[in-house]
Amino acid sequence: MSDTALNAPWATADRQRVATQFGMWAFLATETLFFGAIFLFYAVARWSHPAGFLAGAREADAWFGSANTIVLLTSSLTMAIAERGVRAGLVALARAMYALTIALGLCFLTIKGFEYAKDISEHLIPGRRFPLAETGASAFWAFYWTVTVVHAIHLTIGLGIVARMLLIPRDRLAARWTTAEGTALYWHLVDVVWVFLYPLLYLAGR
Amino acid sequence: MGDAPEAGLLGREPGERNYLTAGTTVRSWLLTTDHKRIALLYAAGITFFFFLGGAAATLMRAELVTPAGDLLTADEYNRTFTLHGVIMVWFFLVPSIPTTLGNFLLPLMIGANEVAYPKLNLFSWYLWLAGGLLTLFALLAGGVDTGWTFYTPFSTLYSNSHVLLAAAGVFVAGFSSIATGINFIATLHLLRARGMTWMRLPLFAWAMYATSLVMVLATPVLAMALLLLFAERAFGLPIFDPRAGGDPVLFQHLFWFYSHPAVYIMILPAMGVVSEVIACEARRRVFGYEFMVYAMLMIAIIGFMVWGHHMFISGQSPFASLVFSALSFVIAVPSAIKVFNWTGTLYRGQIRFSTPMLYALGFVGLFTLGGLTGLFLASLPLDVHLTDTYFVTAHFHYIMVGGSVSAFFAGLHFWWPKITGRLYSETLGRFAAVSMFFGFNFTFFPQFVLGYLGMPRRYHEYPPEFQAWHVMSSTGAVVLAFAYLWPLCYLGWSLVKGERASDNPHDATGLEWQTRSPPPTDNFAEPPIVTGPPYRYHEEGYAPHAPAAADEPQRP
Amino acid sequence: MIQASTLAPRVDGIFWMLTGLSVAIMLLVGLLILIFSFRYRRGSKAKRGPVPEKLSGEIEIGWTVATLFVFVFVFWFAAALDTEQFEIPKDAMEIHVVAKQWMWKLEHPNGAREINALHVPVGVPVKLVMTSQDVIHSFFVPAFRTKQDVLPGRYVQAWFQASKVGTYHLFCTEYCGTDHSRMIGGIIVQSPADYARWSSGQPQGDSLADQGAGLFVAMGCTGCHGGSAVVRAPSLAGLYGRAVPVGDGRFVTADEGYLRDSILLPQKDIVAGYAPVMPSYQGVASEDDVVKLVAYLKSGKVK
Repeated sequence: MSDTALNAPWATADRQRVATQFGMWAFLATETLFFGAIFLFYAVARWSHPAGFLAGAREADAWFGSANTIVLLTSSLTMAIAERGVRAGLVALARAMYALTIALGLCFLTIKGFEYAKDISEHLIPGRRFPLAETGASAFWAFYWTVTVVHAIHLTIGLGIVARMLLIPRDRLAARWTTAEGTALYWHLVDVVWVFLYPLLYLAGR
Repeated sequence: MGDAPEAGLLGREPGERNYLTAGTTVRSWLLTTDHKRIALLYAAGITFFFFLGGAAATLMRAELVTPAGDLLTADEYNRTFTLHGVIMVWFFLVPSIPTTLGNFLLPLMIGANEVAYPKLNLFSWYLWLAGGLLTLFALLAGGVDTGWTFYTPFSTLYSNSHVLLAAAGVFVAGFSSIATGINFIATLHLLRARGMTWMRLPLFAWAMYATSLVMVLATPVLAMALLLLFAERAFGLPIFDPRAGGDPVLFQHLFWFYSHPAVYIMILPAMGVVSEVIACEARRRVFGYEFMVYAMLMIAIIGFMVWGHHMFISGQSPFASLVFSALSFVIAVPSAIKVFNWTGTLYRGQIRFSTPMLYALGFVGLFTLGGLTGLFLASLPLDVHLTDTYFVTAHFHYIMVGGSVSAFFAGLHFWWPKITGRLYSETLGRFAAVSMFFGFNFTFFPQFVLGYLGMPRRYHEYPPEFQAWHVMSSTGAVVLAFAYLWPLCYLGWSLVKGERASDNPHDATGLEWQTRSPPPTDNFAEPPIVTGPPYRYHEEGYAPHAPAAADEPQRP
Repeated sequence: MIQASTLAPRVDGIFWMLTGLSVAIMLLVGLLILIFSFRYRRGSKAKRGPVPEKLSGEIEIGWTVATLFVFVFVFWFAAALDTEQFEIPKDAMEIHVVAKQWMWKLEHPNGAREINALHVPVGVPVKLVMTSQDVIHSFFVPAFRTKQDVLPGRYVQAWFQASKVGTYHLFCTEYCGTDHSRMIGGIIVQSPADYARWSSGQPQGDSLADQGAGLFVAMGCTGCHGGSAVVRAPSLAGLYGRAVPVGDGRFVTADEGYLRDSILLPQKDIVAGYAPVMPSYQGVASEDDVVKLVAYLKSGKVK
């Protein structure tokens, strides 16, 4: 793979690939602990006030959640195709798939926006106008808002990283396959987090 | 390992240019990806924060000379000790040795010409700087009064100070810590020179490895804890608020899950520095090298399981307290092993009492006392009496200041000729080392007594019977302040007028000494090959790093 | 330092034992460093040469095991005392403590109230039932070697038995804001006769339980929990200390914490078979009121 674009201090494509993957996996380990801490909050809140917490969870709209799960899993597929495309030198296909991934990501954020609008119209923000009286219900919604916003920020960063792949000139894209691998790993992480969030947020109250 | 530097760099003539003279514009510094320059960027920031935090400490010690709160108001005092804690922990102690000495030395010690991700390295400096500026801004805007621990619900619901800004600053700096950790781990796994097997790594490199593991696995939990704090304080989301059924103690669990391992982030690098210095200045292989390595790894791992010993009186389950107490005693074992091994290293040595050696020997003494008082705090009924008193303050200052800061100064002096290419005055340096040791004990030993007598921490005013001990402590602080300021003078002088250093002034065996002082931008004219274990000091006629191609390099 | 409780000498026993151990280890390490530093200073004529590999390995294992053994012993020694302290004596005199920024409010069972001071008789076990109105505080009496964080939204307990007449410091040791260092008071330990005299000299209000009975009516609790109520609510007579079945098949012991939660967070654990109709008294009943109501519910005077 003499045409691989090399960054300092790597001398060969193999080593650079190992380095990219190593760094990305190490980062994923930190993300596990990052989300682990908020999952601990979920567990503690649910354990201390089971009835109220689930009463809160019942208000979450599973239609939005399910639609978003489908959108995001599809985007993982397009991302996987894009990454393989880069490695196989199919530049046009890869670029199309990157564009599709971005479109699906934006679609996710749009659906999330509509969901937020609905939640706000129902005053599902803990505070004085919060409609649920049960202790624990507001804790669910505190979790909901914090974790979905954190996830959305991760997704937005992901959109930036994918957009960067599109900015690479066509003739140099194939040489940047180690970058493509790193990008795909990050995007899949954002998806995996959502796979955990979906049942916790939308199926808990059902 | 196929990690030879690119061909273009190999052919360059060594001699004229080093990393300091490679570019002189501001831009060449601010956009550098050279790990050695980034180390100096960090050093500049850390020096600033150290003296800022030190100034706050001086103000507190001045206030505490009299029992009445006459120098500062209660709010001012609370903001001062919070400033001291936040700055010293996150903007001095946690980054101090890893980002300066670690950044500078780690690639050199393993025979690499860079860290694994040079751009990420620069990015983490900017993150750290951004975090520091946010926190500074919080302080200028009026300060924070929560203590560095940010306990809820005080921090989320009751404090009338700039908690959000300060928490945001620490949050951002946390990501810098994570990035540095990932960088170091990858560097150690992927960039070791030919023949540099794991068991040939210098102990400083091992210390960086253990530290990085803790940074990478503990810091994210702090980040989330601060984020939850942020959500509750800024948006009123009920998370820790007991009135809405939340649990304020949950914050303490999350906080200490980071902050106890963070103590090891602060002390492990110090252990690495001291091992290097003692081995070199005693001309002796480190006693029980393998045990030293395993001890550091044990400390890093068990360090994750003892956070609950900060919470014996918090109302957590008494059975949990028993387990945490037992594990806290267990983690004292590897620390004790290290102390014995440092002592053993001196046996049959050729000891030279240079400045770094004096700092390092001071470290061993202070760390031992700090560690032993840790046993007091690990004992359940005794901790109930001593926690949140000056005993705890004294205990962690013995570890953090007596330990880490002494080691930082040891390392600074030891590698000064390599970093700057100049020598400093040994006489003045020894004087600073000795006055730091005495000033430190003078300041903090009385605080053990204060704590046992029941003087609580974070008190702006106190009953008059404690005054004598406070006056003693404050007097010692004057000596200590001098001992910290003094090196600024002679090291500053050395920068300008110091005698030129040779490449290996200590006659040490580490790879970092096998290149020029200061090192060239790409570190080594030729990639080094390692043929033996580190610290081969006491065998006559041994040439530490003679190239021997026959030695089969080992892949990581 | 003064030892004014039955616990204090035992805690000090561990303290001095550990101090002795620490001095011994400091002496060992310090002397070895000094001796080696002198004997093996550069250029001295002492014998050098490598330490045999086998010997150094044995030394290493030896001191690891020895350290571990000593530490485990210290842990066991300290933990044994701690587990003895788990059990709060049944006959203990009960004091309710409500902490707030920045004062201690203490209430005796007979209704006597004190601020930043507590009178107790010597030789009688005293149980503290504590809660905070705002942030976390900590109840610390150095002379008793007693300390316990006082949490908002929860009852925490601690106990001590004073052994010496005198006045001792009460400190708040969990940082709690501006006047943290002024949140101090005194524990006045008196002989039983003096205490009785002090106690009878207090303005004789109603006992906590009687005040609670008044509140029980005034706050409208009888409307549902009274004998002839229309709304279906469980009777509270003899409730304290019983195991109560709650909705999902669990049983909860009706201790102070449960009674408190049922007043302030009534949705938390609803007695099986009842509808969740009780409103929260959060913001209606103050911590002091809750203390009285709980005292009433515990008193056995509930009909």
